[in-house]
Amino acid sequence: MSLDPTRYGDLALILLPELVLTGWALIVLLFVAWRHETARDLRITGWLTFAGFVATAGAVWWLWWRVAHAAGLAGMIAVDDFRWACDWIFLGAAALTVLLSFRYLEREQLLAPEYYVLLIFATLGMMIMAGGADLMVIFLGLELMSIAVYVLAGFDRRRARSAEAAIKYFLLGAFASGFLLYGIALVYGATGTTNIVLIGVQLGFAGRPGVMLLAGLALLLVGFAFKVAAVPFHAWAPDVYDGAPTPVTAFMATGVKAAAFAALFRVLLEGFAPLDVWRHIVWWLALVTMIGGNLLALGQRSVKRMLAYSSVAHAGYLLVAVAAEGTAAFLVYLAAYTLMTLGAFAVLAAKGREGESEVTIDDLSGLGGQRPWLAFAMAVCMLSLLGFPATAGFIGKWYILLAATQAGENLLAAALVVTSVVSAGYYLPVIMAMYMKPESSEAAHVDVRLGRTAAVAVALMTAGILILGVWPNRLFDLARTAGDSVRPANTLSAPPSGARPGN
Amino acid sequence: MSTLTVFWIFGVIAMLGGLLCITRRSPIGSALWLVVTLFALAAMFVLLDAQFLAALQVLVYAGAIMVLFLFVIMLLNLGRPGPSDIRGTMGIGVAIVLAGVLLFQLRVLGTAAPPEAIALPPGTMAALQQREGIIGSVAGPLFDAYLIPFEIASVLLLAAIVGAVVLAKKRL
Repeated sequence: MSLDPTRYGDLALILLPELVLTGWALIVLLFVAWRHETARDLRITGWLTFAGFVATAGAVWWLWWRVAHAAGLAGMIAVDDFRWACDWIFLGAAALTVLLSFRYLEREQLLAPEYYVLLIFATLGMMIMAGGADLMVIFLGLELMSIAVYVLAGFDRRRARSAEAAIKYFLLGAFASGFLLYGIALVYGATGTTNIVLIGVQLGFAGRPGVMLLAGLALLLVGFAFKVAAVPFHAWAPDVYDGAPTPVTAFMATGVKAAAFAALFRVLLEGFAPLDVWRHIVWWLALVTMIGGNLLALGQRSVKRMLAYSSVAHAGYLLVAVAAEGTAAFLVYLAAYTLMTLGAFAVLAAKGREGESEVTIDDLSGLGGQRPWLAFAMAVCMLSLLGFPATAGFIGKWYILLAATQAGENLLAAALVVTSVVSAGYYLPVIMAMYMKPESSEAAHVDVRLGRTAAVAVALMTAGILILGVWPNRLFDLARTAGDSVRPANTLSAPPSGARPGN
Repeated sequence: MSTLTVFWIFGVIAMLGGLLCITRRSPIGSALWLVVTLFALAAMFVLLDAQFLAALQVLVYAGAIMVLFLFVIMLLNLGRPGPSDIRGTMGIGVAIVLAGVLLFQLRVLGTAAPPEAIALPPGTMAALQQREGIIGSVAGPLFDAYLIPFEIASVLLLAAIVGAVVLAKKRL
């Protein structure tokens, strides 16, 4: 299905998922204006939001199934498989976050249904980021996502730590946005366009890059590195992840990070492909992030902070995929990472209670005996994060390793393996505590309850991790076709046609 | 009076206004100096043949948004002078260094030639405005080439309003 962005009907089809989700946000907002009193209203809002994510995923699926592609090159919005794949990851993360939030919001007395509206807006921003083929659109998507997530991080206003997390995230996020915007302005000054494809074309013809372009690229990279929490720019992550309400932390660690990575990937691979400088910078970022994230995580006693540093380390693995330009590996890892991180935070949300003062690794002692299923889910997530065989995490790391060695980045591949071994030093103690240590008291885990919807979500994620671990072929096929759609402008070939294979 | 003279007059006014805006102790004083800067910038837009933008600048920024600023300052009772944001010799030193970096950068970037794609030949704006009208030359791109960013910006504002309401509500 060829769509012409200059015709309004086709433009609406190109933006169909975003339009569906925006419309849904308005409906939920109106519903909330009328019904916002009781816990039941909150539950209805939650299910409404969930339905919205499902409907949007359906719209994305329809466009994917019809092999939608844009006529002409330089649209504001990309119409390719990479965008659909990223949209599915975001929508999946958001829908699972909704399922995790039902019981959490009631337990922590956060009876404000605007929570779900902000969740929709954040997801919308992510989808715009992944779809933006223009730096301006990417920036607006980033701001839409960030503003919603700033508020979500401070949603539990009564707790000082939540407010502190929101303020920290807001200040550093605004700082990062400033860098990004300045970078975009300088890139525009150097190339005369904000369109990513056109930037790629322009750089392909230009000779040596000028000062303005290099400065712009550097500022862009700094801005994105802040957003994905890569190592010299990671300092905000532990405090913010620690202070924010746990379902929001899960959403930030997966969706927000995935969106920033998706935008970074497209900007670098489509726009700056002719330039070699960024490969060196990303190479160093990946190395430092893997080492730094893993070493810092070793010293943590609080599980939430440990997972925060672990997500920094995983940003490093994803940067390896960026440096090696392994798009398929990148997408597979992103999907696996989203599942396992959400799962880990879900179990954590069930364990923490009453303002969730510090869940330490020792607090999980004896969980295996008293709550076997919950402990099993946590153990699967930990093993997957570690990269244990027969889990999705292993498959993801394997593909990144393949991509890195194929690209000749042997040192990065070696660093990935070594740091993964180091990461056993903080993932395994969680499993050991759950299964090998006695509980501190009889009543230690009495009130640990997931709630029905969150239990379903955790079961889905655990099953997903295990299934992808032994049967990743379908996912990898999807990721490969999606990955092939992101490529520099000078290698663009004829658009795909016909139906999906196997449909 | 040549264009260059006008540029210098309003440039100096804008710079002075900006400087005074960030050094005043009283928030109301800062806000009022910001108005001066915004007016001077409007004059700059006129020099760039963007009369419509200049009018918008005065109406929206110097008018509506500044009234909102003053309104919020008075509503929250912030009108009293507070401590300066730049404290101690350390703070001043950092500020001077950062300003130096910025000046150096502007100097370097000033020598870099912009690409031909954005360096319009003289008279392009005038010809465009002749053809499309002063408002049309702004509205055309806004609702055509830049339609998507324009609409995303409106959703962004809606999200910001919802967020502000959540943070400011009395009861959660």
